[in-house]
Amino acid sequence: MSEAAKTQSQNDVAIQIIGMHKWYGEFHVLKDINLTVDRGERIVVCGPSGSGKSTMIRCINRLEEHQQGQIIVDGIELTNDVKKIDEIRREVGMVFQHFNLFPHLTVLENCTLAPIWVRKTPKAEAEATAMKFLERVKIPEQALKYPGQLSGGQQQRVAIARSLCMNPRIMLFDEPTSALDPEMISEVLDTMISLAEEGMTMICVTHEMGFAKTVADRVIFMDAGEIIEQAPPTEFFENPQSERTQLFLSQILHNA
Amino acid sequence: MAIVKTERHEDLPPPVSQTGVIGWMRENLFSSPLNALLTVVSIYVIYWALSGIISYAFINANFVGETREDCTGSGACWVFIKARFGQIMYGFYPVEERWRVDVGYVLAAIGLFFVLSDVVKNKKWPALYLFVFVPVACFFLFSGGYFGLEVVETSQWGGLFLTLVLASVSIFVSLPLGIVLALGRRSSMPIVRMLCVGFIEFVRGVPLITVLFMASVMLPLFLPEGMNFDKLIRALVGMSLFSAAYMAEVVRGGLQAIPKGQMEAAKSLGLGYWQAMGLIILPQALKISIPSIVNTFIGLFKDTTLVLIIGLLDLLSIVKAGTTDKEWVGMATEGYVFVAAVFWVFCFGMSRYSIWLENKLHTGHKR
Repeated sequence: MSEAAKTQSQNDVAIQIIGMHKWYGEFHVLKDINLTVDRGERIVVCGPSGSGKSTMIRCINRLEEHQQGQIIVDGIELTNDVKKIDEIRREVGMVFQHFNLFPHLTVLENCTLAPIWVRKTPKAEAEATAMKFLERVKIPEQALKYPGQLSGGQQQRVAIARSLCMNPRIMLFDEPTSALDPEMISEVLDTMISLAEEGMTMICVTHEMGFAKTVADRVIFMDAGEIIEQAPPTEFFENPQSERTQLFLSQILHNA
Repeated sequence: MAIVKTERHEDLPPPVSQTGVIGWMRENLFSSPLNALLTVVSIYVIYWALSGIISYAFINANFVGETREDCTGSGACWVFIKARFGQIMYGFYPVEERWRVDVGYVLAAIGLFFVLSDVVKNKKWPALYLFVFVPVACFFLFSGGYFGLEVVETSQWGGLFLTLVLASVSIFVSLPLGIVLALGRRSSMPIVRMLCVGFIEFVRGVPLITVLFMASVMLPLFLPEGMNFDKLIRALVGMSLFSAAYMAEVVRGGLQAIPKGQMEAAKSLGLGYWQAMGLIILPQALKISIPSIVNTFIGLFKDTTLVLIIGLLDLLSIVKAGTTDKEWVGMATEGYVFVAAVFWVFCFGMSRYSIWLENKLHTGHKR
């Protein structure tokens, strides 16, 4: 990488993936992924199941290891260097399909754990920050309950608040609404929309096409481990170029 | 035409036959002819067993006296236990030094109370006291040689005192060691994993008796001349390593039950391996393993009786030795019943505590 490109990547580019490949044993899951995400950009990734969407975003914070190519997050290249991995994970928040809240800790403790242990924030300060974010996701009154006592939608909002407590510069969402009952999807989406409106860099794997239309700057379609098409939402939905995209859209928008 | 219900149905109390003593008995004891028959039979069996035990151990038993001639009843002769009580409790620990053991008990009891109960929320100081101060203090108290305390050789230790020393040392050593072994067994480093698997599988594959026998008879043959460990220490090391292998498997079961997402969430927040393990994975894994951990503790507690094989006089062996005394021939039943009762009290206590702890740590849905 040239010096100029380096400077640019530190200023405007949040994530850069160059020629990335990944295999699970013999199985080639991700093939030649190239993707640049600018700061403040909101990206929705969609595609049929098994197309490698989740695997791709999980490579960004190294929950999965890539075998070829480069991933540069916030100006830091992901290698086997544990220190760099931890550095990136501190700046990249992630929300999972199954929430993955810590069931043995209260909502408040879930939110303060990482700031206290990773960022060494004093407890009182961490709690104040946590309450601020719990208010933002509209559940401050649940702070002292355990995750098992909350509904799915509430748990997912806590998970979002937990990530935000680390003040991440990038947020990854891995199918955040797929495990929710239908009546709870909108409360989570609303939280995500308000986050997007504040200029957070977001990559979101989702099947919520309504969300994609409202907030995405760019929609990425993946199939069989490849990025097939990238386009702004209006273009993507109204005038999809590839046949596979057209087929996918006709299938998921069939009932809409 | 649509059928619409406009009013909400109010909540009603359940029917009387479902509640109260009568409802409970009908539901649980006499729900069918077979169930009623089983209830009656069971009540008879309980009555038969209890009346036998009570008449043997209390009604027809003798409590007062000095020698076996004082035992005139048809029941148990507790005079035997009374006459040998000091030895059963302390072994051959010198009578005038037994207060040291009692002080050790009190120190440990205070620590256990504050660590195990809910009285104090922050367990840092009680834990430090119980796991650091008490062992050190007990070591000096029991073996002596410092602070003007007379040396008491471990060969003089015995009875319930020795049983408790064996059990508590092996319990306190085996749990942390077991956790380390379990983590090692799941490690991604092949050498570490191989060592842990090798140790666990080897130890689990041999009986405790052989481990103790090896530690006490074989080990000295391999040690250089003049180098000799205390027999008790060798037994302690043997038992601790043995139970650590079992503990490792119990903890591994708990670790495997924790969803992968927990580790991923911890990592995605920037926690390192040890932080994630210590703060997220182990607390949950240990919580779900409590029943099996306590099960292992109980097994271990009872296995301490096997030290008889290497000539240590624990509770069981000292009582057994007492029954061979010609003054007290034929007192084996009383001896064994007493030993069983003592073991039962400790094991039942552990079991109840684990149930209480499980309920306390339960954080899911529970009304």
